Amino acid sequence: MNLTLKVWRQKNAQTKGAFVTYKAEGISPDMSFLEMLDVVNESLIHKGDEPIHFDHDCREGICGMCSLYINGRPHGPKDAITTCQLHMRSFHDGEIIVIEPWRAAAFPVIKDLAVDRSAFDRIQQAGGFISVNTGVTIDANAILVPKVIADEAFNSATCIGCGACVAACKNASAMLFVSAKVSQLGMLPQGQPERWSRVQAMVAQMDAEGFGNCTNTGACEAECPKEIQMTNISRMTNDYFSAKLFREEHVHDHASSGE
Amino acid sequence: MSEFKQTFNSSLGKKLIMALTGLFLCTFLIVHLGGNLLLFSNDEGYGFNLYANFLTHFPPIEVVAYLLYLCILVHALYALILTIKNRKARPIRYTDVNKSKASWSSKNMGLLGSILFLFIVIHMSDFWYSYKFSHKVGFKEYRTDLATNKTTSVDYVPSSPDFEKSVTTENNFEVIRVKDLHARVASSFSNLLYVIFYVIAMGTLSFHMLHGFQSSFRTLGWVHRKYTPIVTFIGTWLFAVIIPIGFAAMPVVYYIESLR
Repeated sequence: MNLTLKVWRQKNAQTKGAFVTYKAEGISPDMSFLEMLDVVNESLIHKGDEPIHFDHDCREGICGMCSLYINGRPHGPKDAITTCQLHMRSFHDGEIIVIEPWRAAAFPVIKDLAVDRSAFDRIQQAGGFISVNTGVTIDANAILVPKVIADEAFNSATCIGCGACVAACKNASAMLFVSAKVSQLGMLPQGQPERWSRVQAMVAQMDAEGFGNCTNTGACEAECPKEIQMTNISRMTNDYFSAKLFREEHVHDHASSGE
Repeated sequence: MSEFKQTFNSSLGKKLIMALTGLFLCTFLIVHLGGNLLLFSNDEGYGFNLYANFLTHFPPIEVVAYLLYLCILVHALYALILTIKNRKARPIRYTDVNKSKASWSSKNMGLLGSILFLFIVIHMSDFWYSYKFSHKVGFKEYRTDLATNKTTSVDYVPSSPDFEKSVTTENNFEVIRVKDLHARVASSFSNLLYVIFYVIAMGTLSFHMLHGFQSSFRTLGWVHRKYTPIVTFIGTWLFAVIIPIGFAAMPVVYYIESLR
């Protein structure tokens, strides 16, 4: 396969970026999208050019490190996969492929296609955990959880934090990510003690990071490689207002706030 | 900042305000359509004019009406604030058009809302303002023969400029004199451009409702496997189909009538 790539090149967060066109020649349809970029980078290095900088790690769709906004869609044209799981057979010979980084104020570009997603880490640190006392291991089946609840919590927990929801959202909102993290703990018994302070702390951090506001378009849910549901956002909203209007817990009660 | 203020200034709080004001405006649509169906009764505006008079002179409704105007302004203002914030959240736009699956109406609520706001301003200045604060609207006198229950109407010119409404009985006749908003409606709706504008505005309303109604329930956190399909059904068929068609039928029917 021979392809034309229009790749966003940007030296660092301070400089302005621009598109540069590259030829990707002799690409196997069985290559993954990232392997195709590896081939292009190889040729760039041979020519003495700076290779294209992009995030990747496990290359099997579970680490959440790869990103890329390909032809107008995060993680490319296929549903429910990450860019590393996207194969070149999903494109046709001679196609022009536009590759952009995630674009959000809260995700500044580090270089080229790699963006800084540490805003997600800070949201997690604000409350995305449970406090457990160490000691004797409790029997795994001591606490019963209804299957529907367990399934839903597990589905929410599959979020890999790649940021495709933010990238897809027309408002660059992080609510799908935050709500998945709030839900996965808030639905289970172990997450109850911090449930009401957690949601307040995580939402406050999300707002502080400068993400946009959700308008329920559903683009996040459509693009999520792990098919996280938008029902999480409503669940988070419910918990948030319940916490703010009807509970005693404050955001400051949360362990991470240091008070 | 107080806890209360902090709650409503958060991203979720602003969304809540949008949802609550939006839902209140939705309930108004039902009442407005219900009352205005009187335009379709063939009584030379008798029912409609009395209804208009009732709406503007019954204090509890006056209170709700001003609450409604406030809601429109708050809904529009918050939409503006949220849109500006959302634009700031993505300072560099994508070059490629976003092809993520999302309904057209959900992505264009701002545009749809702006058209609706323009419509509301024109609509209110034409009817509400003229009715309440100007002397552009004439009067009509309805004489009902209480024996036969037949009503005849003639134009009426009040002697005092402060005249609003009178109900008197002369022999066997009940005489009601009220502002003739019906005539104003009929004259406005005989203008083809005006009718086209109204029909476009109602099409806009349809798309705004298609996303807005169910979205507000999501924002309130009321999502349930059993009830969300019902909410979507009501949002689609009642708010995005029946109500806009009902409203759009008024200018269309009046325009066709005016041609005769």
